[in-house]
Amino acid sequence: MINKKLFTTLFLLALAFSAWAQGDFPEKPNPPRLVNDFSKTLSDAEMTQLERKLLAYNDSTSSQVSIVLINSVGPYDISDYSFQLGDRWGIGRKDKDNGVLILAAMKDRKVFIATGYGMEGAIPDAMAKRIVEQVIVPNFRSENYFAGLDQATDMIFKLASGEYQAEKGGSSDSPGSALPLFLVFIVVFIVLSLFRNRKDNNNHMGGKHGGVDLLTTIMLANMLGGGRGKFGDFSSGRGGFGGGGGSFGGFGGGSFGGGGAGGSW
Amino acid sequence: MKKLLIPIGIIFLIGIFVYTKAVGVYNTFVQTEETVNGQWAEVETQYQRRADLIPNLVNTVKGYADFEQETLTGVIEARAKATSITLQADDLTPENIARFEEAQQQLSGSLSRLLVAVERYPDLKANQNFLELQAQLEGTENRIAVARRNFNQTVQGYNSNLRTFPNNIFAGWYGFERKGYFEAAAGAENAPTVQF
Repeated sequence: MINKKLFTTLFLLALAFSAWAQGDFPEKPNPPRLVNDFSKTLSDAEMTQLERKLLAYNDSTSSQVSIVLINSVGPYDISDYSFQLGDRWGIGRKDKDNGVLILAAMKDRKVFIATGYGMEGAIPDAMAKRIVEQVIVPNFRSENYFAGLDQATDMIFKLASGEYQAEKGGSSDSPGSALPLFLVFIVVFIVLSLFRNRKDNNNHMGGKHGGVDLLTTIMLANMLGGGRGKFGDFSSGRGGFGGGGGSFGGFGGGSFGGGGAGGSW
Repeated sequence: MKKLLIPIGIIFLIGIFVYTKAVGVYNTFVQTEETVNGQWAEVETQYQRRADLIPNLVNTVKGYADFEQETLTGVIEARAKATSITLQADDLTPENIARFEEAQQQLSGSLSRLLVAVERYPDLKANQNFLELQAQLEGTENRIAVARRNFNQTVQGYNSNLRTFPNNIFAGWYGFERKGYFEAAAGAENAPTVQF
């Protein structure tokens, strides 16, 4: 009898505990956003500006830098809280773990930059510490929250530049499907020019052998390819602009292994 | 003759059922055990990383002539002890884990004493080299915490799979055993008081 009662209480306690543990972390934002301010510190305009900047970076490099402002981390270490939140939301791409989370607990006056597994090389802990101590903390002390976050993301972009590239084609719409067709076109072009070479020398290139040689073809192809790339960039940029922050595709399921550093102001 | 056929058929079917069940359970045991082993490797890597940082830290601190020697030797001894205990992934029994944990805990203790002692040396505290090492050390402690939590989670999954019915019977046949957890350190609930 007593055993049963004890068991029930324990069970209820465990249930309550797990519910509490769940409630410690904010839900994944829906629609997905990179900048989440649960403490109402930033103005709407500032949030939109940061969101747009982070979104453009995500589009061009596939690295997800996310900013989360909350009031307090409660009984947790801010580092522990950052890793768990980053894991829960899955910041960064799953296959690359290239997420960065800047978490600030406004009432605790603590801040932490957590780097995903894949970003630990680009942003070592010592550099994260430097960003916190030299950029975020001084700005936050004088209540320039936006400036601190803005400059910190600039530093992160600089450190991480070149580490990852956005995949060409793939999930986004147009350029990928055009590529095979383009290749076929080049091959046909080369073959045709070779054939023509054999038949007559009456071309307009002025050379003895005539025709359009391979090198020129490749050069032309590259130029065309370059143009295509530019168009791709432009269209993704427009996506961020038109959506006003709403067009972020969501977090990718990256995980965090304990990289990063923090400080307090 | 025909009467015998039906029981034989039933026994045959039951035999097939038990066999497929046994194979399936065995395979999940092996898979979860491999996950646990992988997580253990991660834990060891992070502890190793911490051990590797310590010589640099000690050398940086040594440069300050009047730094108290017994704190330094404490760190060096604890490191030697901690690195002498390695644990293979296939004997992660609760006792072995506790032993491993104890040695690492001693190292954590002497490291934090070192960091407290450093507070009394302002120019050491401002030393760029020391600051970097400190950031790295903090990062390593964070990674250790994450690796331990992941390890505990996978062990929990493994153990509960092992001990529920009817898997416990199969586990007995195959000789799979419970694995140990990392426990919170004794006295970890009271944060250390720092005295100046």
